[in-house]
Amino acid sequence: MTQPTPIQPAPTPPPGMTSPDVRPFSYTASDDALANLRQRLVASRLPDKELVADASQGVQLATLHALTRYWGTEYDWRKIEARLNALPQFKTEIDGVDIHFIHVRSKHDGALPLIITHGWPGSVIEMLEVIGPLTDPTAHGGSAEDAFHLVIPSLPGYGFSDAPKEVGWDPSHVASAWAELIRRLGYTRYVAQGGDQGAGVTDAMARQSPNGLLGVHFNFLSSFPTEVLAAIFGGEFAQGLFKRVAVAVVASRAEKEHAALAAVEALFMRGYLAEMNTRPQTIGSTLTDSPVGQASWMLDHDTDSYEKISRAFLKGQPSGGLTRDHILDNMSLYWLTNTATSAARLYWENAQSIAAAIASGKKAPEASVPVAFTVFPGEIFQAPRSWVEKVYPHLTYFHEADKGGHFAAWEEPQLFSEELRAAFRSLRQSGQGKVGNEQRMHS
Amino acid sequence: MTQPGMTPEPSMTPPPGVQGQAAMTHPDVRPFSFTASDEALADLRRRVAATIWPEKETVADQSQGVPLAMIRELARYWATDYDWRKVEAQLHALSQFKTEIDGLDIHFIHARSQHDGALPLIVNHGWPGSVIELLEVVGPLTDPTAHGGRAADAFDLVLPSIPGYGFSGEPTELGWNVGRVASAWAELMRRLGYTRYVAQGGDVGAAVTDALGRQAPEGLLGIHTNLLVPVLRGGQTADSKEERAALAALDTFRTSGNGYLIEQNTRPQTIGYALLDSPVALAAWLLDHDTDSYYKISHAFVDGQPTGGLTRDHILDNITLYWLTGTGASAARSYWENTRAAALAAAAGQPPRQVSLPVGFTTFPDELFQAPRSWVEKAYPTLTYFNEVDRGGHFAAWEQPELFSTEMRAAFRSLR
Repeated sequence: MTQPTPIQPAPTPPPGMTSPDVRPFSYTASDDALANLRQRLVASRLPDKELVADASQGVQLATLHALTRYWGTEYDWRKIEARLNALPQFKTEIDGVDIHFIHVRSKHDGALPLIITHGWPGSVIEMLEVIGPLTDPTAHGGSAEDAFHLVIPSLPGYGFSDAPKEVGWDPSHVASAWAELIRRLGYTRYVAQGGDQGAGVTDAMARQSPNGLLGVHFNFLSSFPTEVLAAIFGGEFAQGLFKRVAVAVVASRAEKEHAALAAVEALFMRGYLAEMNTRPQTIGSTLTDSPVGQASWMLDHDTDSYEKISRAFLKGQPSGGLTRDHILDNMSLYWLTNTATSAARLYWENAQSIAAAIASGKKAPEASVPVAFTVFPGEIFQAPRSWVEKVYPHLTYFHEADKGGHFAAWEEPQLFSEELRAAFRSLRQSGQGKVGNEQRMHS
Repeated sequence: MTQPGMTPEPSMTPPPGVQGQAAMTHPDVRPFSFTASDEALADLRRRVAATIWPEKETVADQSQGVPLAMIRELARYWATDYDWRKVEAQLHALSQFKTEIDGLDIHFIHARSQHDGALPLIVNHGWPGSVIELLEVVGPLTDPTAHGGRAADAFDLVLPSIPGYGFSGEPTELGWNVGRVASAWAELMRRLGYTRYVAQGGDVGAAVTDALGRQAPEGLLGIHTNLLVPVLRGGQTADSKEERAALAALDTFRTSGNGYLIEQNTRPQTIGYALLDSPVALAAWLLDHDTDSYYKISHAFVDGQPTGGLTRDHILDNITLYWLTGTGASAARSYWENTRAAALAAAAGQPPRQVSLPVGFTTFPDELFQAPRSWVEKAYPTLTYFNEVDRGGHFAAWEQPELFSTEMRAAFRSLR
């Protein structure tokens, strides 16, 4: 990770009050933009069918055909727009980039502020179903003590946040911006959560440990133990530790680690990752002009979610919140905001900062705040507890859930919310009800 | 939306005046020509004009991919000044044919030399190319006396379109890897009545040519390639300055330039949707191949300074061919097939057969990596010709047709 650029702080608001730099926000797509999208969908030129009976050549024609038909005819963007506009949405400029976020405060005193970061190919849309359970737990099987104040930002370059115009907005930079965002909202004690790219940002927050951050929770492991990286990439990541040794070390452990290693290795060989890490502008030019091109690229993320989304379109059998409408809400958001390129660029930024870190030989500081982790069974790889403990020595909560995949909050909002309640319960006690009383749990 | 299978069919009407040499060859070889419909060209222009652009990259070079200014200039030229009918006429003036081999219709250009005793030569294009890359070598190779050579340098030229590319049919079943393509080429040459011939290729065409060399069909006298494909399997030595430089270039490619390769190796259908639906998507994807050719093409569009045959018109001739034939996905799929074939061979523990025929190789200085003689000798123990030339890159025949032709003459002279 590179050093974050110092961020110009806004005037500190009174405790519990919002900074004047935070403006209300809402979005209404133009009729023209929606008509143009439908026209393009109807005029789509599709390739011939793949030559295999499964997804091994990529997104299958039948799935994309069904998606394109539904998107161009029955799908209604105005529904999600109304739902978003019914939520308190804001924008605030941080370090030259206008950041969009949803901010839902719980009615319960002493609710714990929580910032949740989405990933790619997602957006704040993934998180809408957890707002109820997290902010209003008594209506969703929880107790008042489980309540969170929820901050759900859009990553820079994603959705309604502006795209950075300059280089350097890697996950570490975003993490610094989140700390400033939280400060502007008047929160002095808070926790953070993320999966996918959001896990990278949350990991950087944990390592920066800004004032007030009490702990973090992940549903994706974005940092790896040294021997795992060495086993995948060879000696490059670990002086003196050669690939063969590393493979032997990892392979000598439990079967679970073996499977996880193979899955991580396959992940690093994925085309979407290689392309976005190195050529976001090229792939961006292919995505912003074609809704079916964009849809295909976003669907081909991980096998589990692809199969679930396929079932939603082909068989009308959605998995939890991964419904046809919600899948297209997310794709339409990328389309209408024309953010496929800037979203892909976050991967480039991340790759640049990792390369710079390797070149400099500097290790990222250890995460000194308490860390919680939930493994969802459909995730790209099942992070073994031993890996998570190695990456995060202050692991205070580890749980393997029995359902859910990469888009855990989206697919299993209730289960995801219960995980967050359990994961952060131990962090509430010390400062319960002391909003504004700054607590630093570590230095 | 266009239903699968409803991709506009190219017109198959042979133009008047095309005689060809079909009479001399197999009865299954039919004359071919392609005339794009006015509707298809208007639809293309309309789509290009209606492009929704991404925002500008945040760097001052191409390190994030094809820069916005470049792709916008290409699109402007494509939608306004560019004229597909010119290359169409150029293609019509050549003898083009189709013949069904192994269940698939194969398109090829067949240009016979006026000189008796010309050596038959089959030249393979690669990706992101097509027969368009090879048009400028037809003159020098078939008519050497008009291009600084001697009658004894003449070739009879066969330029096929790889299955899934351009006017050749798209495979509708699995298995069309470079090995199967090579077998089809042997059959093609047989149908054309050639009993002694040589083969050449760069890029994917080098892989086909390499496979032909290993199969050594009857009549094949030797091969020449301008990309050393065997080293892409790994296992190179780094014992000299040249070897270390080549290895470093390969490493650069593997760490920063192979996104397209991994995607096409593994997910041709996923990227195929954008390539079929958006001309600008297709153009961006095809342009982002190697840094050298990207800069040369960028000079042609942005600075009006083409390098050799890499002119604005010819670049767009090639991209337009992919567009009009709707072959973005099927061309990408050829990578998937080759990846699968390599994986199956590795799983079966089958080392590739050695090439025992004479091999020629030319190292062009701006290629992805400059293959040192030592690597070429190791890959091909029967190397009979090796040369390092002073200009030209990945699209050697396209960019430097005269030099490329001189290399063909020299490489194959001893085999005549």
